[in-house]
Amino acid sequence: MGRYVARRLIQFIPVILGTLFLLHMLSTLTIQIVGDPVRALFGPNAPPQAIIEELQARYNLDDPCLEQTGNPCVGLFVDRIGQYASGDFGVNFRGRSVMEMFLERFPVTARLTVIALAFEIVVGITAGVLAGLKKDKLIDNLVRFTTVVLIAFPVFVFGSLALLLVGLKIGLPLRNSDWAPEWLGQMLNVGYDPDYPWLSLVLPGIVLGAFSLAAIARLTRTSLIENLRSDYVRTARAKGLGARDIVGVHTLRNSLIPVITYIGIDIGFLLGGSLVTEGIFNIPGVGQLVFLAIQANDAPVIIGVVTILTVVFLVSNLVVDILYAALDPRIRYD
Amino acid sequence: MTETMSAKSAGASEIADEGVNRSLWGDVRYELARKPLFWVSLMLVLVILTMAFFPQLWASESPNARGACDLANARGKPTWDHPFGYTTAGCDMWSSLVWGTGKSVILAILVTAGTTILGVLLGTAAGYYGGGTDTIISRITDIFFGLPFILGALVFLALFPERNVYTLTLVFVVFGWTSLTRVMRGSVIATKQKDFIDAARALGASDLFIIRKHVIANSIAPVIVLATIALGTYISAEATLTFLGVGYQRPAASWGLLVADGQTLALAGFWHLLVYPCAFIVTTVLAFILLGDVLRDALDPRNR
Amino acid sequence: MTDILSNGHHRAIRTPLDALAFDEDAPLLEVRDLQVEFHTRDGLAHAVNGVSFVLEAGETLGILGESGCGKSVTAQAIMGILDTPPAKIAGGEVRYRGVDLLSLDESVRRHVRANRIAMIFQDALSALNPVFTVGWQLGEPARKHSGASRADARRRAVELLDMVGIPAAKERVSDYPHQFSGGMRQRVMIAMALALEPDVIIADEPTTALDVTVQAQVMDLLAGLQKELQLGLVLITHDMGVVADVADKICVMYAGGAVEQANVYDIYEKPAHPYTKALLESIPRIDQKGQDLTVIKGLPPVLTDRPPGCSFNPRCQYARGNCAHDEPPLYDVPGGRKSACHYWEEVLGS
Ligand SMILES: Nc1ncnc2c1ncn2[C@@H]1O[C@H](COP(=O)(O)OP(=O)(O)OP(=O)(O)O)[C@@H](O)[C@H]1O
Ligand code: SF4
Ligand SMILES: [Mg+2]
Repeated sequence: MGRYVARRLIQFIPVILGTLFLLHMLSTLTIQIVGDPVRALFGPNAPPQAIIEELQARYNLDDPCLEQTGNPCVGLFVDRIGQYASGDFGVNFRGRSVMEMFLERFPVTARLTVIALAFEIVVGITAGVLAGLKKDKLIDNLVRFTTVVLIAFPVFVFGSLALLLVGLKIGLPLRNSDWAPEWLGQMLNVGYDPDYPWLSLVLPGIVLGAFSLAAIARLTRTSLIENLRSDYVRTARAKGLGARDIVGVHTLRNSLIPVITYIGIDIGFLLGGSLVTEGIFNIPGVGQLVFLAIQANDAPVIIGVVTILTVVFLVSNLVVDILYAALDPRIRYD
Repeated sequence: MTETMSAKSAGASEIADEGVNRSLWGDVRYELARKPLFWVSLMLVLVILTMAFFPQLWASESPNARGACDLANARGKPTWDHPFGYTTAGCDMWSSLVWGTGKSVILAILVTAGTTILGVLLGTAAGYYGGGTDTIISRITDIFFGLPFILGALVFLALFPERNVYTLTLVFVVFGWTSLTRVMRGSVIATKQKDFIDAARALGASDLFIIRKHVIANSIAPVIVLATIALGTYISAEATLTFLGVGYQRPAASWGLLVADGQTLALAGFWHLLVYPCAFIVTTVLAFILLGDVLRDALDPRNR
Repeated sequence: MTDILSNGHHRAIRTPLDALAFDEDAPLLEVRDLQVEFHTRDGLAHAVNGVSFVLEAGETLGILGESGCGKSVTAQAIMGILDTPPAKIAGGEVRYRGVDLLSLDESVRRHVRANRIAMIFQDALSALNPVFTVGWQLGEPARKHSGASRADARRRAVELLDMVGIPAAKERVSDYPHQFSGGMRQRVMIAMALALEPDVIIADEPTTALDVTVQAQVMDLLAGLQKELQLGLVLITHDMGVVADVADKICVMYAGGAVEQANVYDIYEKPAHPYTKALLESIPRIDQKGQDLTVIKGLPPVLTDRPPGCSFNPRCQYARGNCAHDEPPLYDVPGGRKSACHYWEEVLGS
């Protein structure tokens, strides 16, 4: 296991460098083609050239290679990696550090993601196991139908509708009534309430996790059905094991391996989805930071935050990979 | 317990590969034809496609036409004549939605075509030739995979001052080709190990001939399934990005923009501004996902 | 066999087996007119169509037949591990020491498996669970059926690995299946079948997936253990040489039915069924190992569309007019043998 972890860590370096380079290359290419974001920020009524140049210098946009379309700007990339390594992910158009803004808001987003993950894992795996065990029965059809419908709901659609139908139509009366417990009303809140840092994130968390819940349920179902047909399950039956051991011990662990892999990919999806959810529910998290930056056309913030989120995503993928190896010895001993 | 049987029957018939193809697709057609869900989703997809390409069939008046919208009607609630009500710009909601279909669907079709072509080419090259080709393609795929779709697309769309169907397609293809490539690569590797490929090679067929005649035809099934589902998810992704403000721009009539408009107003009682655009998006995405799902079941030999 | 289970207190655990009236004078395993059907899209397939045999303790019964003739389905029906549906046991009896297993409730029947009747599968790599150590899997029957502790189960696993000749058993118990070689894995499978000291072992092509050199070693191990422990062994195989060496009697299957049964010398000397005769003629020398039974002209019937009369009819050299509509019963042949051929006397004489 130690050797596997070491090897994964070594492999991780080119992947993270490659991804950051890709991000860098595509953004320089875009700047080369469409012009730099400082000018874009001001639009037609541009301030004096001197101010523009000062701003460009601050955002590293004065590098001559940004004028040469097609030039990958390797020098600039090396500079950037150096800055990233020291935790400097740029500043916004008002000069505030992106990293600082990120850290300020990250706890909320982390809580939201944890709620979404917990919800989708618990409910998704349960639904998938039930459906897989009762293939083609009522519960299976029910799970399959609901999950297809859930997958068809983009996060922002689901979020907007949940806000309207649950947060407002159900939650508001609950919060105003004197009979309903406080926590119930807060769980169905229309926005974030700092007095209830977890409860008021429950509804947004469910919205955020709904898509992946469906994916996890289907994946669990398929892989359970597949494993139930496998030779080693036949062996387990030949050993005279009861249904609980056959499913709970011999099949479930194997079936969860692809689910774990999916959760790795899903963290990236959740980070993307949090932009939407936080925008809709007005949650002061990282996603809202991006949401606001888009509206203000604040490109350095967008690039900076997305870079940090990409690093977060890659690191969590690494963790998931190691977890995967803990579940599947064939990987570990390769 | 089925494995002995399927392995045997597969071994016997695969020598004649034309045979296996024909009977595979014959089986698939049989499976599909008796599934009501297939017909339902197919009908939906056809309706959506006609709306995308011939909106005038479904709503005579384009909301972009001169005089079609009247600000006096803005946010008008549904009435008997206009059961879908009016948009915030005072256009008829139904015609806005119908004429907005093309925006989403045509983009999704272009993106799907682009990613499928890239995915099939790169996946086949990686899977069939293996070795260095495979290593390079797979590492590049890994790197692109490191950038979550929505986040990656967001950065570049935010940098583009002008966003239209072409820039959107470009960005979507750049971030979308990886999964199809991976699936195709896996499928080609599986096909390559089959006997009829060896047989063809023994008969002296060239690589290109084998790839064209045998490899692609026998590996494409999972790609078709995934591409159908992906079409739905691109529609969803476009609407999401538009909603976030980095997709289509006003005054284009697009579903994502309509939801963005309706989202806050719905809380103030104008529910139709939110619910109808949402219903259009969900139904369209659902139609493609269902179709892909039915196809997947029909193509899976283990389900027979 | 030294056994930590029998001198511990674990045997005191009562299992549903204690309630069954096993008759120690009845045959160890008796299968009577077993019928298994599959519901498929093309109709009903009779995968097993009237198989009967008797197996006594210390005896080895070889089951021979072409691919797809229903050997594995028979074995799994005896074990009670067929997937139902699609399979359905349409008739017959499987008696262990006089008790009809098919009439038992699943909650009781599962205790018969492993405790009394165990099975060895063909492909040990896929038959062992990839995510648990070999020791864990070997100890599992003791833990689940005899209530052994984890430590006891592990000790038992080491003992079992020793018994099947795996070197450095103490270290290897904590390895995973993929870390063993093919032959070693098949030994692990054998060890697992022996875990609870069953009286009957059903081995479904235990050596087919192995290299020829390893095949002989594994077969020797199995045959040796069978003698030593006085097991009743049902050996399903394609390999005529193996059967000749190891089996006491033979049951030849064709298209789901048992077409000939006899003791091993008689059948090799003088087959009483045209199919057996063709099988024997298809190998150049009887003692030659590694031969496959594939060389008879024509194909077996499609199971969903079985022609009337004798199922071997289209491929049979001895066929006459009535073979196409009179299904031959299982005739008694002198010497305690049986043959499902109208013209067995002629075949025997030729
Ligand atoms: N799950 C299933 N569904 C439908 N038919 C099946 C299934 N499993 C087995 N059969 C049928 O049962 C017949 C006997 O299969 P079985 O696996 O017992 O053959 P076998 O004699 O063990 O062959 P082999 O030597 O190849 O292992 C097959 O021809 C097949 O038609
Ligand atoms: S009954 Fe007839 S067809 Fe069948 S084996 Fe005997 S001779 Fe051949
Ligand atoms: Mg078999």
